[in-house]
Amino acid sequence: MSNNIRLKGGLNIPISGEAALQTSAAVKPDVVAICPGDFKGLVPRLLVREGDKVLAGSPVLADKQCADILITSPVSGTVAQVVRGDKRKLLAVLVKADEAQQCVDFGVMKPSQADAAAIKARLLESGLWASLVQRPYGILANPEVQPKAIFVSAFSTAPLAANTEFVLAAEVDNIQTGIDALAKLTPGGVHIGLSADNYSGTPFHRLENVIQHVFSGKHPAGNVGIQISHISPIRKGETVWTVSMLMLAAIGKLLNTGKLNLARKVAVTGPVAKSPAYVDALPGIAMKQLSAFYDNAAGDVRFVSGDALSGKNVGENGYLGFFDNQVTLLHEGTERELLGWAKPFRFNQFSSSRAYFSWLCPKKKYAMDTNTHGGPRAFVVSDVYSKVLPMDIFPVYLIKACLAGDLDKMEKFGIYEVLPEDLALCEYVDPSKNDIQAILEAGIDKMIKEMA
Amino acid sequence: MEENTQKPGLFEKDGKLGFLHSTVDAFDTFLRVPATVTAKGAHVRDAVDLKRVMILVVIALVPAALFGMWNVGSQHYLAIGQTAGFWATFWYGFLKVLPLFIVSYIVGLGIEFTSAQIKGEEVNEGYLVSGFLIPLIMPVDVPLWMLAVAVAFAVLFGKEVFGGTGMNFLNPALLARAFLFFAYPSKMSGSEVWISLGKDAPVDGFSGATPLSHLKEGVDSLGCSAWDLFAGTVPGSVGETSVIAILLGAILLLWTGIASWKIMVSSVAGALLVGWIGTAAGITDVPAWMQLLMGGFAFGTVFMATDPVTSAQTETGKWIYGFLIGALCVTVRLFNPGYAEGMMLAILLMNTFAPLIDHCVVSAAISRRNKVKTA
Repeated sequence: MSNNIRLKGGLNIPISGEAALQTSAAVKPDVVAICPGDFKGLVPRLLVREGDKVLAGSPVLADKQCADILITSPVSGTVAQVVRGDKRKLLAVLVKADEAQQCVDFGVMKPSQADAAAIKARLLESGLWASLVQRPYGILANPEVQPKAIFVSAFSTAPLAANTEFVLAAEVDNIQTGIDALAKLTPGGVHIGLSADNYSGTPFHRLENVIQHVFSGKHPAGNVGIQISHISPIRKGETVWTVSMLMLAAIGKLLNTGKLNLARKVAVTGPVAKSPAYVDALPGIAMKQLSAFYDNAAGDVRFVSGDALSGKNVGENGYLGFFDNQVTLLHEGTERELLGWAKPFRFNQFSSSRAYFSWLCPKKKYAMDTNTHGGPRAFVVSDVYSKVLPMDIFPVYLIKACLAGDLDKMEKFGIYEVLPEDLALCEYVDPSKNDIQAILEAGIDKMIKEMA
Repeated sequence: MEENTQKPGLFEKDGKLGFLHSTVDAFDTFLRVPATVTAKGAHVRDAVDLKRVMILVVIALVPAALFGMWNVGSQHYLAIGQTAGFWATFWYGFLKVLPLFIVSYIVGLGIEFTSAQIKGEEVNEGYLVSGFLIPLIMPVDVPLWMLAVAVAFAVLFGKEVFGGTGMNFLNPALLARAFLFFAYPSKMSGSEVWISLGKDAPVDGFSGATPLSHLKEGVDSLGCSAWDLFAGTVPGSVGETSVIAILLGAILLLWTGIASWKIMVSSVAGALLVGWIGTAAGITDVPAWMQLLMGGFAFGTVFMATDPVTSAQTETGKWIYGFLIGALCVTVRLFNPGYAEGMMLAILLMNTFAPLIDHCVVSAAISRRNKVKTA
């Protein structure tokens, strides 16, 4: 295990509701949503109408800028509804799943015998091209470019994240196939980031055709963006792609079986989740299908597709995101605590700062809710942010550049290297309660618009 | 969507007394944690907020304030040649210092609330600290109307014109002191102002000068021992004299991580270096370490230089910023015949330069990074 990279700082958030390592149910897909909002940079063109029949792998959406990029249905069934929002913005395509699932047969492909063009074409037609994320900006990968390298993080440090080994232990062969295929798309190879704590315990350290990197440290050490910045930082003009282990497994399955299979183990987690555990599910399943895990009679549950720091608030009527294998159920913290900030002790609140006494109980887990614990203020303290961001950038300077909309400064302060998820912890610890991820997102959107 | 027929509450934005929204909100959130839930980004947030940070700084200042009150009484009874018990001494000082706090908070918070109201923002709690600091860096006999004018100047021109707490580049508390120092120098320096005599006449041979003003004449003319300086039983501004009380505050600030230890350490280092040069070059026979005990150095280093808003923001910058504060402070003490106390001006000057220091540090870091990457 060579080149171990020790990341200083960071923070593992002690939130309760970790999923037990067992699969408690299989969620049979009923109505499944395909949401264009899951794919940053996608300008969706609708390819189906209500009432159309689709198979698992049939195209549902295409990208208007690059017509080859397709988003396909994860299930076979009938298009039940096209959901539109303000200004007819396409929000979701709902597919009512059939009893018996049928798949488009794309044909088996051996990466070793295929060339880059064939692999690309297969990923595009199957809809799995969308599983590649291009940096800078975290957008849909552009099939025209050749990325400097492809990066994968083989572990997650996000709060309550699904255990990668538990979820994907049976998929090592598929992941290997996925790696072999993607390695043909880049001259820089596939870089995989492994956790130093679990290096020998994970089956993924035996993956071949990869360049291994080993990381130790607290969250966000498992974020691929942090890993890239320590392996080979993204310079201006460079492009890299990232892909998750989950999506590598799906790519491998596609090539090995010829069928699109997005089935995954989803961790249902969070302080208000009842006996949190894993379920077998598909992306796009309705949150209501997880009703065994929660009691929302009072309407006080927040449904997050993803983790508590950078997941998406989808609501009880929402759906699991395309990239997500975690649902976090949180209590909406609308209660008003009397003299909260002035109390010497708040035993049920966690703070990473020594301003409270939670450092006395390092092992304790907290039932965190969504209260902001304070009102929005200007940036005052200066040193808490870089303590949770093991990267060589100045986060507050970057955020202020985003607020000012100053493209030159955003570039100078490293906007090419970060996505909102990488600064999620800065947002968590911020005593001034700024929405740092939203500010960064707006900055990235401005960069995309102005630099295009 | 249901139509919203409910009228806005009395103090809500469009309600009858809606113009008082910020004030009511400030008192409301002072008593109870707001019910706001996260709308964007991270769904859970740390329990710490600025109210907590600010109140901890105020708690860190309490030992200095309490000792200051006792010392005001103690100096008074020494000057008039009487002895008094501990509580009588403390009570005398308490009655002298309390009006300073009241004026500071009423004027300062009044302006803060009004400007928050005008801007329609939430009231920032930054003034909780500034309002506590200001009485502690004043001579005890400062006329209250002067204090009020100084506070108004500091809050308006030191903070609000820049956009409030977090946007200011000068420490508001020090600005209040600097304002008085330049506008009413006779009330802010010399040997008349540091001890509250009240109606009583001083004893023969009484001098109300601070040890610092004898610095020029050498270590023997200070009129007190190093222990007196450390314990703080000497004349001076209300809260600045006792290094022991200040150190108690420093421990809390460093333990909670609110103040930067880098600034404190480098400020001490800067003062020691220049103090050592001073003795080595024969300019003074006051040992360098004594510079740390005198005047406002300790108070300024612990509570003023470390103000996170007006100090350098980068970690390397903090080392430079702190070092220069310490060095400048002692330089002023040694070479400026007119004005013995250098801490206020040293900090205000470095406040002005902090953005420049940060700019240099950040630029250097970025060019280094670019070099590494292209290599």
